Amino acid sequence: MAKVPVQFTLNGSEKAEFVDSGTTLLNALRDKIGDTSPKGGCHQGTCGACSVIINGELRLSCLTLAETCNGAAITTTSGIAEGGVLHPLQRAFLDTFATQCGFCTPGMIIAAKVLLDHTPNPSRDEVIEALSGNICRCTGYEPIIQAVLLAARANSQNAA
Amino acid sequence: MELRKSYFADVRKDDLHEIGQPRPRSDSPGHVTGKTAYFADRNFPGMLHLKMVRSPHHHARIRSIDTSEAEKHPGVVKILTAKDVPHNVYTILILIQVGPEDETVLADGKVRWKGEAVVAVLAETERAAQEAAAKVKVDYEVLPAVFDMEEALKPGAPLVNEYHGQNYYLYDSGECRKVRFGDVEAVFAEADHLLEQSYQSSPIEHAPTETTGCVVMPEGNDRFTCYTNTQAMFFTLDNTSIILQMPGSKLHFVGGTVGGGFGGKVDVIVEPIAILGAKLTGRPVSFVYSREEEMQISSPRAAEKVVIKDGVMKDGRIIARKVTGYTDAGAYSRHSPYGAQKGAGHYPGPYTIPYVWIDTYCVYTNRTPSSAMRGFGVTIGDFALEVQMDKLARLIGMDPLEFRFINAYRDGDMKAHRQPTEGAALIECMQEASRAANWPVAKKYMAMSSYVKGA
Ligand code: FES
Ligand code: FES
Repeated sequence: MAKVPVQFTLNGSEKAEFVDSGTTLLNALRDKIGDTSPKGGCHQGTCGACSVIINGELRLSCLTLAETCNGAAITTTSGIAEGGVLHPLQRAFLDTFATQCGFCTPGMIIAAKVLLDHTPNPSRDEVIEALSGNICRCTGYEPIIQAVLLAARANSQNAA
Repeated sequence: MELRKSYFADVRKDDLHEIGQPRPRSDSPGHVTGKTAYFADRNFPGMLHLKMVRSPHHHARIRSIDTSEAEKHPGVVKILTAKDVPHNVYTILILIQVGPEDETVLADGKVRWKGEAVVAVLAETERAAQEAAAKVKVDYEVLPAVFDMEEALKPGAPLVNEYHGQNYYLYDSGECRKVRFGDVEAVFAEADHLLEQSYQSSPIEHAPTETTGCVVMPEGNDRFTCYTNTQAMFFTLDNTSIILQMPGSKLHFVGGTVGGGFGGKVDVIVEPIAILGAKLTGRPVSFVYSREEEMQISSPRAAEKVVIKDGVMKDGRIIARKVTGYTDAGAYSRHSPYGAQKGAGHYPGPYTIPYVWIDTYCVYTNRTPSSAMRGFGVTIGDFALEVQMDKLARLIGMDPLEFRFINAYRDGDMKAHRQPTEGAALIECMQEASRAANWPVAKKYMAMSSYVKGA
């Protein structure tokens, strides 16, 4: 199988890999680069567990070919804490008990981050809409919605 | 919510300081940072991928298996069939003396449900394993199948599982689990009303977000480490030891973090064959269900049918109850004989009924084997029992909650299994529910208590 080179930044650091043509970004991140924070729940674009941010946009890494990510800036949940301080969303997920088995959590946090990056003070409906592509089977959606709203409140306090 | 300390004031200890206090969960920092290690987060150099060839038929005899084309497929390292498995016929609960062994790791001579594992293919990549699996040729002679429990119990129905010899599990109490408490039929004759209803349910899939699987690493000296998301670590370890005829000391299981299970990860399905693959190739092996497999192959909650007949008096007392329960095990036992047995224990409900008669059957059909799921064996039973309670209350024109107060068991009451009730607290729960739901009941029920001094 043809190997193709691919270069991108992952959470701010440069990565360069040769991948088999057709390799998904999810598999490249997990198996080649060793960032296992995006999870594979369905590998068919329906669960959201593999969500990552590519150039500021929410993307499903199981439906993105690694070879199309040349020059991209990619962010995953493992890279959003700064200087050992949890991101406000991570803190809020902890504080509101919004994670049970934790398998959906990295994808949820990424989807929520994209929302807050674009809409710092979302309404409850906007939060629900933003998380609608992410499936959670254990926690129940209410604590997750509360976590995102809590993190957004922290945003509005910072702005004030 | 207010904590009512007046309940059981004379028996309670008040030096408890944990309940009601928030405690951080030890695993959530790992979850929110993406650091928690699930089994599939282990990736070893040279790891092989295992894919199953599965039966497309519900019931068929296997005439022959031809792996020669698949063998030649680039990337294929090893192909396993039934003859490679040291102890191929097993059953999970054999560890607690619930037999007979009735299920094959890889099908041998016959398949009994659509999706049953027949041949395991190990290859360098997932894709190669998948493509090679498609090249395995299995010649089937399709047999008549049975999908309905009542059909399966009829004389002359196709025999699903030869290891049982009939389409139901044979308990030591006979063809079903039984509870007998007085002469139900005689008491039915004295009831003001009789109500017989049947209730049934479909199989339910757990659909955990993380699919079932394991990753196995050979550690040399015939020892293996198996990273797995099983919910039943020691059942899995001990059954694997039986299936592979290896001492447990050679097997090191690492688990603990499960990406959702709900009872769906208690069966011993992926680990033995993955370890066998690692043993025969000397390489790490990953066996992970695709989403499609998770939905179609993993064992669901059993379909159940419950027939309840109650004799009730105008004043609200249930005087006799007769229940026949059927649990659809699918083609193999797994945890279903236990589920049906739990049903037998549960059908009297949390009520004091002086005459009870219960039969519960564990039935074999050519459907996906069912197994554990969150309270299996009693959950559908509770649905049926409580719908029945509402219907009984309506029948005699009584408030459904007051009707339950009349029948609720209290400390000291004799249960149908001849165990006196202890620590019931049901009355108190219902009083609290009546307040919380703003569903008032007559004063006399609010004055009742489950706690009977000296009981
Ligand atoms: S793994 Fe990508 S959406 Fe489910
Ligand atoms: S916490 Fe388990 S899937 Fe969301």
